Amino acid sequence: MTGGPPAAGPAEARPARGTALPQYFWLRSWHALQPLLRRLLSAWRRSLQARVATVTALVTGLVVLLIGLFLVSQIGNGVLHAKRDAAIAQAFSGRQVATDQFAGLTPGDLNGIRQAVDQITADTSGTPGVSEELYTKVVLSTDSAVNAGLPPQAPIPRSLRRTVERGTLAVEYAPVRTANGEVPGLVVGQPISTGAGAFELYYLFPLTAEESTLDLVRRTVLVAGLALVLLVAAIAVLVTRWVVLPVRVAAQTAERLAGGDLSQRIAVSGEDDIALLGTSFNDMATSLQQQILRLEKLSRLQQRFTSDVSHELRTPLTTIRMAAELLYAGRSGFAPELARSAELLNNELDRFESLLADLLEISRYDAGAASLDTERVDVIGIVERAVQASEVLARRHQVQLLALVGSEPVPAEVDARRVERILRNLIGNALDHAEGKPVEVRVGHDEDTVAISVRDYGVGLRPGEAGLVFNRFWRGDPSRSRLTGGTGLGLAISLEDARLHDGWLQAWGERGKGSVFRLTLPRTAGGTVTSSPLPLMPAPVVPWVPPARPATGAAGPQGGRPPADPAEVPR
Amino acid sequence: MKPRVLVVDDDSSLAEMLGIVLRSDGFEPAFVPDGARALAAFREVKPDIVLLDLMLPGASGIDVCRAIRAESGTPIIMLTAKTDTVDVVLGLESGADDYVVKPFKPKELTARLRARLRRYDEAGGETLTIGPPESPVTIDVPAHQVVRDGNQISLTPLEFDLLVALARKPRQVFTREVLLEQVWGYRHAADTRLVNVHVQRLRSKVERDPERPEVVLTVRGVGYKAGPP
Repeated sequence: MTGGPPAAGPAEARPARGTALPQYFWLRSWHALQPLLRRLLSAWRRSLQARVATVTALVTGLVVLLIGLFLVSQIGNGVLHAKRDAAIAQAFSGRQVATDQFAGLTPGDLNGIRQAVDQITADTSGTPGVSEELYTKVVLSTDSAVNAGLPPQAPIPRSLRRTVERGTLAVEYAPVRTANGEVPGLVVGQPISTGAGAFELYYLFPLTAEESTLDLVRRTVLVAGLALVLLVAAIAVLVTRWVVLPVRVAAQTAERLAGGDLSQRIAVSGEDDIALLGTSFNDMATSLQQQILRLEKLSRLQQRFTSDVSHELRTPLTTIRMAAELLYAGRSGFAPELARSAELLNNELDRFESLLADLLEISRYDAGAASLDTERVDVIGIVERAVQASEVLARRHQVQLLALVGSEPVPAEVDARRVERILRNLIGNALDHAEGKPVEVRVGHDEDTVAISVRDYGVGLRPGEAGLVFNRFWRGDPSRSRLTGGTGLGLAISLEDARLHDGWLQAWGERGKGSVFRLTLPRTAGGTVTSSPLPLMPAPVVPWVPPARPATGAAGPQGGRPPADPAEVPR
Repeated sequence: MKPRVLVVDDDSSLAEMLGIVLRSDGFEPAFVPDGARALAAFREVKPDIVLLDLMLPGASGIDVCRAIRAESGTPIIMLTAKTDTVDVVLGLESGADDYVVKPFKPKELTARLRARLRRYDEAGGETLTIGPPESPVTIDVPAHQVVRDGNQISLTPLEFDLLVALARKPRQVFTREVLLEQVWGYRHAADTRLVNVHVQRLRSKVERDPERPEVVLTVRGVGYKAGPP
């Protein structure tokens, strides 16, 4: 909610008056209503049942409304029509009586006229058994002077009088005054010409009875309509419930299936469409379960196979290894070709062994059998061990290997063996491609993550290659000699090791400017990495120039360039 | 006198090759090709050390290891093709002192054998005492005897060496790496699980309650040290 009503303060400040201004009230009601509205809206979006019921109720309501209006107007018309016919008939029959009253009177005889009018009006209204509610009579003269002498009577609408004055019978709906006040009524007027002059005779019928009949009809239609709408809505709710309930059960079962409980099934009864859904769902679940079990079995077999191959291969390899070592140790006594052969045999056995070891490691990952063995250790120590272990290789490549790390320990919960393996792989890879230029290892850290980057100024990477370097057996340049005879699996294994830590392993490189491999790991087991404390792309990107030697001991990010990661490894 | 090595391995080529290497390095090897006959051969040969392949026909290497350990403290080195945690730890827990992963180099193997055969043979009737004062552990180094509460505790040579190494410098904390070097003879960093497993085995013999050790204490994040005398 945004801020709440600013008016709430003053309104609450003087509650004693008890007359908060209306707008505060509305604001408050609005704020109180909002959650309710939101709940309704979410129910609308989430519940098919609510939607079906609402739509059904609305449509039914509309139809019922139309039918109701039609019915009410039809009945109303009918009733009024009958009343009108009756009224006209009544007026006609009264005409003769009225004319008779005026018989023998002359226009000047005002007294006589008044008496006659009294007679006429009293005659009907006084009739026993005929209540005043039935009708009232009014007699008016066309001559206003005569009218002034008549007793006061109920007013007649002017428009009606004008029509009647023109000499025709006219009917008009107009309010009629009764003992209960003014009620809707029907006025029938007709001219009567007598010896005493032209008069108008009006019949005023109050429509009270008709009105109450119509009211009853309206109420009945309204109640029936509402009942019908509610009934239809309830039926819609019930019917959709039939459909929705199995769907919900299916959804819940599917969720549990997805959660890993493969034995979940839906209870199916009957043979209708819903039952068909359940049966199909269960068939799908069974098929899935079989597939998954089959895959699990395959994975286990694969793991077993790998383990067996491992053992079966390694036993003869051990014999070969020992034999080769014996030959190698005694090569000084051999003819030159034999001595060289012994050397080659020995060296290639090393490669063969590391390849086998890497293959087994990869297959362990593929089988999902790799597990993390974390311990709280100092990352700097791991880096130093990895650098130390790579010194021999660095000397062989005649490359300067610099560990630009601080002296302060950086503790983190990692699998030291795997992290050291990653670093040795990265350093070995950098030395391989350094072309005599230095290789730098940096460590950066923040609260949650620790990053280690390995930088070389050698061949670098072509555009697009940063994502490929972690592929198995990928070679950047097939024409390049294999100096170290790396297995081609080192970076792939490193990536798996990093993933096992929920960490990142990324590469950046530019042709001729070298490359950077950056490992970022969470400092607590189970943590996640959202950013790295070291930049992946070095700034500024310059090729290494021999005299420029970076100061040692500098840990942490270099330069202020944000870590634009052009080669984010898909994770 | 040449140290006798009993090689328990079903692969005849490997056994023969091991024989060549061992003989040329001054050992006297004896061979048994399957697990079922390993214990009988062990009793007959009375070797100074056993080289045991983990995967054997007959009885598994783990079972053979347990059987030998049940009647003797003779050092056992496993030959294993598996580096998976479970297998290695299982082997160590069943009583093996050390392990070598195939394929290994001959020098590596003989170095491991010699390290296990090397004894603390320093002169002097040394007696060490560690553990809580009310129930101390007394170690008679030359006699190779450990006594606690009047009961003699039977330790394997490796467990004995481990205990002595800790007891000689009671206040010093030993990292696993240092123990690996002093007791197992590893020069480079090796599998620290060796230390963990054998400390557990040692505790199960010398501690009153191995869950709450008083003799061999864990220093979290660093390593182990002997309990105060």
